[in-house]
Amino acid sequence: MPLYLALTCVSALLAVSVYAIVDRRNHDVSRNVYRLCVGLCCVIFLAAVMPRGAHVVSTVLPLGLPWIGMHVRIDVLTAFFLAVVNLGAAAASAYAIGYGAHEKEPMRVLPFYPAFLAGMNLVVLADDAFTFLVAWEFMSLTSWALVLTHHHEEENRHAGFVYLLMASFGGFALLMAFGVLGGVGGAYDFASIRESTKMGWTSGLVLALAIVGMGSKAGLAPLHIWLPLAHPAAPSHVSALMSGVMTKVAVYGFIRVVFDLLGPPAFWWSVEPMTFGAASALIGVLFATIQSDLKKLLAYSTIENIGVIFIALGLALAFKANGMALPAALAFTAALFHVFNHSLFKSLLFFGAGAVLNASGERSIERLGGLIHSMPKTAFLFLGGCVAIAALPPLNGFVSEWLVFQAILLSPSLPQWTVKLLVPAVGVALALSAALGAGCYIRAYGVAFLGRPRSEAARKAHDPDRWSLATMAVLLTLCLTAGLLPSLLIDTISPVAKDFVGGRMPTQAELSWLSIAPVAESRSSYNGLLVFLFILFSAYSARWVIHKFGTARSRRAPAWDCGHIEASPMTQYTGSSFAQPIRRTLGVIAFSVRERLDMPAPGDTRTARLSVDIKDRIFDYLYAPLTRAVESCATGLNILSLLTIQEYLALVFAALVFLLVLVAI
Amino acid sequence: MTLLFNLMAQSLQMLLVLALAPLLIGFVRKLKARLLRRRGPPIIQPWLDLIRLLRKEVVLAENASWLYRWAPYLIFAMIWVAASLVPTFATGLTFSWSADLIAIIALLGSARFFLALAGMDIGTSFGGIGSSREAMFGSLAEPAMMMIVFTVSFVAGTTQLSEIAAYMAGNLELRASVGMALVALLIVAIAENGRIPVDNPATHLELTMVHEAMVLEYSGRYLALIELASALKLLLYLSLIACVFFPVGLASHDAGAEAMMIGLGAYVLKLAIGGGALALFETSTAKMRIFRVPDFLGAGLMLGLLATLLVFVTRSL
Repeated sequence: MPLYLALTCVSALLAVSVYAIVDRRNHDVSRNVYRLCVGLCCVIFLAAVMPRGAHVVSTVLPLGLPWIGMHVRIDVLTAFFLAVVNLGAAAASAYAIGYGAHEKEPMRVLPFYPAFLAGMNLVVLADDAFTFLVAWEFMSLTSWALVLTHHHEEENRHAGFVYLLMASFGGFALLMAFGVLGGVGGAYDFASIRESTKMGWTSGLVLALAIVGMGSKAGLAPLHIWLPLAHPAAPSHVSALMSGVMTKVAVYGFIRVVFDLLGPPAFWWSVEPMTFGAASALIGVLFATIQSDLKKLLAYSTIENIGVIFIALGLALAFKANGMALPAALAFTAALFHVFNHSLFKSLLFFGAGAVLNASGERSIERLGGLIHSMPKTAFLFLGGCVAIAALPPLNGFVSEWLVFQAILLSPSLPQWTVKLLVPAVGVALALSAALGAGCYIRAYGVAFLGRPRSEAARKAHDPDRWSLATMAVLLTLCLTAGLLPSLLIDTISPVAKDFVGGRMPTQAELSWLSIAPVAESRSSYNGLLVFLFILFSAYSARWVIHKFGTARSRRAPAWDCGHIEASPMTQYTGSSFAQPIRRTLGVIAFSVRERLDMPAPGDTRTARLSVDIKDRIFDYLYAPLTRAVESCATGLNILSLLTIQEYLALVFAALVFLLVLVAI
Repeated sequence: MTLLFNLMAQSLQMLLVLALAPLLIGFVRKLKARLLRRRGPPIIQPWLDLIRLLRKEVVLAENASWLYRWAPYLIFAMIWVAASLVPTFATGLTFSWSADLIAIIALLGSARFFLALAGMDIGTSFGGIGSSREAMFGSLAEPAMMMIVFTVSFVAGTTQLSEIAAYMAGNLELRASVGMALVALLIVAIAENGRIPVDNPATHLELTMVHEAMVLEYSGRYLALIELASALKLLLYLSLIACVFFPVGLASHDAGAEAMMIGLGAYVLKLAIGGGALALFETSTAKMRIFRVPDFLGAGLMLGLLATLLVFVTRSL
């Protein structure tokens, strides 16, 4: 029943995209499309959380390749990711009911948007390699079309090009991964892949290919370069979907292949996800810290969060390989918890950025400021998102990060030295990225929303429509709920952990006072609700004492600023000046920052200039040589197009002989 | 009945840290003055200052938003909660299991987050300078602190502070890793509290300042709350060092009133020794240049990491 409901909704989403084309003259088409999307996504969400009689529901539809058919299936993992995807999608659609009205060329978004949603749902539902890959490519192509919505800008066209390139590369890697998985027998439905036995080297190959294929979609460093270009280029609700939801579909794919199809893990499988995860976490957060484009900053921070998720997945693999069921369940739960959290707060933040972009026309935080006065509601909701993503208690981001740390703290009992020495290093990277992440969001919020407005546009900005505000408010409420009552979510995830890593955390709902204790209460426990109430109680008692014994008088006056405030708001700290200390301490290694100061001699009236050069080393050392290599190969092969007919014939003959010899041997 | 007793012990601890924190600041100031052969203000001077600030009218900058007015309450509340979760005279108090050491550090991180935001709210360049430097210090000090947590909890097998204290009290032995963690924690504590050589709590109006620059625009009751919060933070770090590395005399939560009294005496003694050491250290060093601080904190981070690795190595032998 839930499966058919979900499939019906997916086809209905495709129908909506046809409707968008047919009804394009209608004035209200944009609202209608988004309303339908909200409804359909909510239905799929309900179908996903609906109790299923058996754990697994599956069926084969007479579509697709004739002798394979189309296998679809809902198990606990699918259900979890369906819920995450459709919660995010419903939120984005609801936000777009109001936001979509600002779109100048709606026909560049409307037909692709429902199709994109359908593609993401299909990837999660697919139960054979063919359906999975088709849905995957469908998802990539529709999102590519959405990236090109504002195709008049050169920058966006470039983003679309890089995205298409990386998506095809990733898709190619996945094709090979499934090819190896399917083996010579050629059974491509997941059930037979699961049954088949893999040889030692195949699992390594598939793992590497899965990291490349899924990682390039998720934004794992060093395959992330398309992400900070593409995510900001799309309209904000699509950015939210791509950043908050599509990357999660990639995480789903990785879990499906590595934890399910590939069979029982070996301990060294954990090395790759953990190293790449740690690198992503650090690179993502460092680049986010120096960005001044608000949406680009959010995109880089997605890379960081994906890194955190992969670190947790790597830990889960290491524990699972050693038969440590409880720690494996803890790490796996932490990963899924973070998947859920990130889809909530990243959507919330992108919606906020969209509201700012619409109200002021600015994406650069350097020309904003003081938005807390002109857009008070957005400012409040965006602050909530910042606190959540900066992993500060009592919101939800902290809980998942806390769970990852608890998993790391269980790692000394791992027997292998490789993993044993890797884990503390990964722990440092995680701690550093968490701390830098907080700094990054202090900067983003402080420069854009606080202080004095740096431009007329920022002064005149205003809150968005009710739909947008309501959606953001709902997301923030969900963030708070997940942070205060994490035990509920952990218990929801535990059947998934049971099926995929073979263990489960102790049932949290049974603990007193709704606190969580992943292993045992004497080892570690956290109670978000109590901490929250404690903080409220302390703040209110401070207030009470002050109003009882002190004075509540206050008056407004010009700022003091050591006796002399500069009249121009441009003298405030900007985003670049805020990032300067971090740029100087960590930037030199990470992105070869070079600062040049041109200081005129005393008496000279020229203005002094400070110019900063920032380079992405990954681009310089990995992609640039790769591009050059491809280019020189292509130029070399150009000769072939200038051959005479005799030379062509000779070439064909030589090839034939070579192949015959090959067959003969 | 037991619950009532437990609740009383818990609230006693909350009030105790609140009462002692400004006295600790006063004690350190007095001692520093004596070391410089000045007489110095009385030890209760910080309390008198706080009371006077409470009675003063607040002057709000014209541009101040609601965040600016909320922040002091939030900062104070978060640091107070964090400080009352660290065992002082007794372990295992009623609410101590509601947050472990990692959560306590994260609570301090939240307080820093709002303080740095408040610094940027008015839109002056001093506020920005303070916030930006605070963010840099925080992003190095917090991972260093996490490494210390790793070390300590690998050794004790838990992140629960009461359990760590109990373990450390029961296994008094010299370990290199724990020693390194202690040094790292001292470095972090100095940086986080804005003491010399990282920041100078006594200066005002100097380009090198960090904490003072952020709170430059605060006045009246808001300033009182922030001052009290920073006093509580110093007390928190001293209590943390005392309870993890020198858990002598700590009473357990089910011990009688006598053991609690002994614990209280021991705690005050430990605070006095810690404050004395801080005063001595501060008078014997000079402040660093701002871009030397990352090296200082980096040393803390490295020590923490080495300590963690050492625990990993020694545990498996």
